[in-house]
Amino acid sequence: METEAPSMENPKISAYYQTRLAHFGVVSTEWLAQAQSATNPNPPLPSSSTNSHTDKDTNFSVIDEFNRWRNHPDLAEAVAAIRALAAVISASKASTMMQLEIELKNASDTLKAWDTTSISLTAASDLFMRYVTRTSALEFEDFNSAKARLIERADKFGEISYKARKIIGMLSQDFIFDGCTILVHGFSRVVFEVLKLAAHNKKRFRVFCTEGRPDRTGLRLSNDLAKLDVPVKLVIDSAVAYTMDEVDLVLVGADGVVESGGIINMMGTYQIALVAKSMNKPVYVAAESYKFARHYPLDQKDLAPALRPVDFGVPIPSKVEVECSARDYTPPQYLTLLFTDLGVLTPSVVSDELIQLYL
Amino acid sequence: MDARRPPRAVIDPKVRTVGFFTPPDPIQFDSNSLSPVMIPPPCHSSENLDLHSPPSVTPPSGDESVSVTGSYNGSSSELFPAPMSPALSQKIVAGDGGVGGGIVASSFPRGGGVPVCKLTTVSVVNTDSFAFDERDKPNKGGGSSMEVKDQAMNSKQKNEKSSKAERRALQEAQRAAKAEGNKATGTVTSGNLKSAKATKPPQKVDNTSVAASEKKGVDRPSEKDRKKDVPHPRMQYDDKSRVEKAKRRAVVNHTESRNRVELFRHLPQYEHGSQLPDLEAKFFQLEPVHPSVYKVGLQYLSGDISGGNARCIAMLQAFQDAIKDYTVPPEKTLVRDLTAKISSYVSFLIECRPLSISMGNAIRFLKSQIAKLPLTLSESESKTSLQSDIERFIYEKIILADKVIVEHAVTKIRDGDVLLTYGSSSAVEMILLRAHELGKQFQVVVVDSRPSLKGKLLLRRLVEKGLTCTYTHINAVSFIMHEVTRVFLGASSVLSNGTVYSGVGTASVAMVAHAFHVPVIVCCEAFKFHERVQLDSICSNELGDPDVISKVSGRGDVNHLDAWANAENLQLLNLIYDATPSDYVSIIVTDYGMIPPTSVPVVVREYSREQVWI
Repeated sequence: METEAPSMENPKISAYYQTRLAHFGVVSTEWLAQAQSATNPNPPLPSSSTNSHTDKDTNFSVIDEFNRWRNHPDLAEAVAAIRALAAVISASKASTMMQLEIELKNASDTLKAWDTTSISLTAASDLFMRYVTRTSALEFEDFNSAKARLIERADKFGEISYKARKIIGMLSQDFIFDGCTILVHGFSRVVFEVLKLAAHNKKRFRVFCTEGRPDRTGLRLSNDLAKLDVPVKLVIDSAVAYTMDEVDLVLVGADGVVESGGIINMMGTYQIALVAKSMNKPVYVAAESYKFARHYPLDQKDLAPALRPVDFGVPIPSKVEVECSARDYTPPQYLTLLFTDLGVLTPSVVSDELIQLYL
Repeated sequence: MDARRPPRAVIDPKVRTVGFFTPPDPIQFDSNSLSPVMIPPPCHSSENLDLHSPPSVTPPSGDESVSVTGSYNGSSSELFPAPMSPALSQKIVAGDGGVGGGIVASSFPRGGGVPVCKLTTVSVVNTDSFAFDERDKPNKGGGSSMEVKDQAMNSKQKNEKSSKAERRALQEAQRAAKAEGNKATGTVTSGNLKSAKATKPPQKVDNTSVAASEKKGVDRPSEKDRKKDVPHPRMQYDDKSRVEKAKRRAVVNHTESRNRVELFRHLPQYEHGSQLPDLEAKFFQLEPVHPSVYKVGLQYLSGDISGGNARCIAMLQAFQDAIKDYTVPPEKTLVRDLTAKISSYVSFLIECRPLSISMGNAIRFLKSQIAKLPLTLSESESKTSLQSDIERFIYEKIILADKVIVEHAVTKIRDGDVLLTYGSSSAVEMILLRAHELGKQFQVVVVDSRPSLKGKLLLRRLVEKGLTCTYTHINAVSFIMHEVTRVFLGASSVLSNGTVYSGVGTASVAMVAHAFHVPVIVCCEAFKFHERVQLDSICSNELGDPDVISKVSGRGDVNHLDAWANAENLQLLNLIYDATPSDYVSIIVTDYGMIPPTSVPVVVREYSREQVWI
C-alpha cells in the first residue's frame, strides 16, 4: 500500500491516515521525522530522461517539496501536492514542452505512488495535470513563455485550491440557520472552517459530533469547537439514529468525490447518510473541487482498500477477524448537495465537470 | 348532411379511448350489428382530411369508397344520434385508431348532428359529407387508396347492412389505404412526437424528397389537430395526390395488419408475409435504389441483420458503395443532389424497417459531412473524402469505441462475480469475452425471451469460448436475481434524460435488478446517444410481426392462436423496444468513460460540438 519504515508500530496503515494522525494525533515530532524519512528515499520512478542526475534531483525535490508543504497542519495534502508539482515546473530544467510534460508526469506519478490509497492526492494530481496542460497557448508560444504560462496556471490552481476552504465556508453560510442542529462526522478541516465561520458570524447553532472511532475524530473536533464557544454534544457512533430526530442537517467532508457524485469518506458516513435519508434530513458534503476523482465505485467493495487497524483496548484472539477498512462509499442518492469552491452543486454535476475537463 | 360543417364543432368532449378496450354492448346497435371495434374510421383523420383538402379534390371514386365506409360509420352515427355525442366521439376516436386514409370518418365531424336519414340513403348523403374540406391537411388518403378500396367497396356498396366479413373487408381496404399513406410518413420528423414512429433521428433539413414534404404535410395536421382537440392517434394522409405519389414511389408494398392494438395505432404495422418476396421480385425494376442499399434493405426486412451496430455498419457501407458509384447529373450540384439521393435511400430503408436511433445519428453525420464539402473539390475528390469520412466514422465511433468500452467495463468485473445479461448485445459479448481472456473467474447468466430468442446465439458463442453460463427465460429473472452480482445490458440508444432505450424486456430486467440492489451497467457507444427525451415506451416504438407471437417454433401443438386474426377481440402486440428509466441504471459505460445517467446530456452536447470540428 505504501512505504513503511520497519520501526513503525502500526503496519499496514495507510499513509494518508498516518498523516492525519501526525497532524492531529498525539505524536511526537521525532515520530513525524521518522515517518518522513521512511517515505523519502525510494525513487519509484523509472525515469526515461537521459539526464538521470537531473531526474533524481527532480524526483527528490518533488517529495521534499511535498513534505515541506505537508508540514503545515492546515494545508490539505492535495494542496501540498499541487504546490509541489507547481514547484516542479518552476525548477524544471527542461528545454522543450514535451520534456517538461514528461517531467511533470513523472513527478505526479511519484507523488501518487507515495500513497496509492489516497484518492484526493491522485485526483488532485490528475486534475492539476489536465488543468495546466489544457491551455492552447502551448502550441503557439515559444518555450519560455509557454513555461511561464504553465507556471501561472499552476500557481493559480494552487491558489484556488488553497482558498477553496474559505470559499466553501462562505457558500455554506446560507445553509446554517439560527437554532439549527448540525450532525458532523469525521474531522474535516473544511467542515471545521465552515463551522468556524458560522460561529464567527454569530450564528446560534449546536453541533452533534460522532465519536468517530477508531480515529477519535469526534473528540478532536469537539475540543476545537468548544474553544469557539459552540455548543457541542458528543454522541457515540451507534447513537446516530437515536439522535437523528433532533438533527436538522448533516455536514460531512470527503476524502474524495467520485464520478457518480457519491463520496468516499471516513467509515460511518454511509451509515449516517442512510439514516438521514430515511428520516428526510439533508446531507451536505463540503469538498474542494480538486477532490473530484475519476473513480466510479458500484458498491462498497469496489474501492481500493485502505486499512486502518482498530484498537479495541483489549487483546483480540487471533482467530477473530476485524473489519479494518478505514473508509466507505456513500452513493449519490443519499447526498443532497455538495458545497465546493465551484459553487453549491448537486451530485450529478461532478460527472459533468469531469467530462468537460477530460474531453 | 351539412358537408361543410366544421368538424371541430362536433367532437366534443375530446375523448379518446386508448389501450385495450372491449366493444360496447352490441345490444345498443340495431340490425346493423356493427361493433365499434370494427369501426376504424379515424374521426380525427377525417377531420384532418376535412381540414386541408379542398372539397374539389374528392374524386368520385373516392366518394364511392368513402360513402361505403362512411355508410357503416354513418349508420353508426345514425344509430346514435344526440345522446351519443360523447359516445359517438368515442367511437369516432376508436375508429380513428387505425383505418384507412381517414376518409371514412369525415362523417363524424358532423358527429352530434346526426343524419336523420335512413340507412339506405346514408350512402348517398354521406358522399357529400365526406368532402375533404376544412381542416384537412395534405391529403394522403389519396386516390390510390381509393383505387384499392374501390374493388372492395364496390362489391359491398350494395349491402348496407354489412356482415362481419364485409366489415372485415372494409377494414382491410381502409388499412390498405392507410398503408399507402403510412409509407409516405415513414420518414423522420424531427422532434414531433406525434409523428412518432420507431424510426427517428431528425432528418431535418436536407430532405428534398417527397418523403420530406409528405412528412411535413403529415406533421402539420397532427400539430393542428393536437391544438384543436384530442391528440389524434395517427398521421393522416389526406392529400390524395401525395399518397398517390408515395405509392408510386414506394418500393415495398405494405398491407396493414388486422387487429391492431388501439394504444399503438400511431405506429405502423404491416403484414409481414408478403413483403420480402414482393421486394425481391422488384429487384430489377428498382433502378433509383442502388443495389447495395437494396440488398441491405432486403436484409433488414428479412431480419438477417439485426442489432444496432450491425445495422448501422451495413447501412453505412451500403452508402459508401452508393457514393462510389455516384455521378453528379448535369446541371446539378453534388451536395444537393447527393443529399437528395441519400434521403431517398433512407426512405427506402425505412420502408423495409424503421430506423433505429443510432442509424439516424449516422445519417445525420453523413448529411452534415456532405453539406460541409467545400465547393472547390472535384467530384471524385468529394466522393473519396466522403468515403473516408464514413470509414472513419465506422472505425472511430463503433469499432474503436467498443474497444474503449470493453477496457473500461472489464474493470468492473471481479473474481467470483455472477454477471447477468439480457438478450444479445455486441458490446456486452465483447466485454465478457475480454474478461474471460484476462483470466477473471466469473459466471454468466443469459436471460432470454420470446419471440426473438436472441440470447441463444449469445449463449452459444460464450460457451464456445469456455465461459460458465446459465440460460434462463425472462420469467425467471426475479427468481435468479438474488444470486447475481452485476447486470450488464446493452442499449439501442440512451436518451437525454438518462432513459435507456433498448430491446423489449430490458426494462423489466433492470427493475428487478434494482429491487435486489444489484448494480446495472449499461454499455453503449456515444454515437447512439440522442437528445430526445422519452418518458414511456409507447409514444415511440417499433411494432414487429405479431404472428411470431402466436407461433412457438418447434412446438406445433401449441397452436391455439393460429387463427388469432379472425377473432375480433384479440389483438397481438409485438413491441421491439422499451424504455428503462434512469433511476434503474447505475452506470453507463461509453467511449467517453463511465458516466452516471444524469450526465448523458453533457455527452450529447460535447459530442455534437466535437462533430463540428471533424
